[in-house]
Amino acid sequence: LEAAAAAAMLSLDFLDDVRRMNKRQLYYQVLNFGMIVSSALMIWKGLMVVTGSESPIVVVLSGSMEPAFHRGDLLFLTNRIEDPIRVGEIVVFRIEGREIPIVHRVLKIHEKQNGDIKFLTKGDNNAVDDRGLYKRGQHWLEKKDVVGRARGFVPYIGIVTILMNDYPKFKYAVLFLLGLFVLVHRE
Amino acid sequence: LRKNVEDFTGPRERSDLGFVTFDITADILNGKNGFPTFLNKNALIIFDWNVKQLFLYLSAEYSTKNNALNQVVLWDKIMLRGDNPRLSLKDMKSKYFFFDDGNGLKGNRNITLTLSWNVVPNAGILPLVTGSGRVSVPFPDTYETTKSY
Repeated sequence: LEAAAAAAMLSLDFLDDVRRMNKRQLYYQVLNFGMIVSSALMIWKGLMVVTGSESPIVVVLSGSMEPAFHRGDLLFLTNRIEDPIRVGEIVVFRIEGREIPIVHRVLKIHEKQNGDIKFLTKGDNNAVDDRGLYKRGQHWLEKKDVVGRARGFVPYIGIVTILMNDYPKFKYAVLFLLGLFVLVHRE
Repeated sequence: LRKNVEDFTGPRERSDLGFVTFDITADILNGKNGFPTFLNKNALIIFDWNVKQLFLYLSAEYSTKNNALNQVVLWDKIMLRGDNPRLSLKDMKSKYFFFDDGNGLKGNRNITLTLSWNVVPNAGILPLVTGSGRVSVPFPDTYETTKSY
């Protein structure tokens, strides 16, 4: 009974804290929050510039590159024009008209003197190459379809992103808690 | 060591299809000089605690009138840490069709076959390494129409 009373007092204290924050402090907290969000965005944009890729970090969504990569692994990409596409490289690409990026390995390349290149890809764990995945009538991929080349990776960490996608309630819950924490935290 | 037969067919436009059979001898772990076809001199300790697997692939590189640079993977293999690091494969047929984009294989004197691999770590950078040993293969000037493969 005493423990319950103590808990009730603590929660009241917490609410009191919030009420005691006057308008100025509230604005300050909101600005703080804005700064954190802006910094995060700046870091992301900075990464985009340094790597040359529109999406420098991607999560592996399928098992088509097992046993090297599994669903939920995080890949770090670069997409520098000076790095030519060569066979054996792991590329992340998008098929025209589709949003989902695919992570597979380059199987064949044919490059012209002027640098125009067309290439074919295949998932390590797939029996056939990706021609079946491309658009109807499309036999090759080109530089413009490439999001980046995989240069490094960390396992498992991307699972959070997949969870948030598959269970939107989870995403909202995480965002809500984060927002609440930042707004209420005094420092 | 290798046999070349050409066939003038293709599922899309008519393009050259090459057939190559090959032997691979490689000592990935120690880099000792084995029987030459491909040998690796640089990998003192290639399978350390952070290496999950190696993705090996045999690629053919050549140039044609149509395209300044062509690379085609003929064969690949995943070698997990713990697998036997010595490869001694004989008379292998290519896993993937060796189609050219056009008719550039006929009479092409210089097709270079190289063994390379992608080191896949448990976490970290993904480097591509090329083995030190390559073979140059010429294709004949005529086509063969027998399907003896």
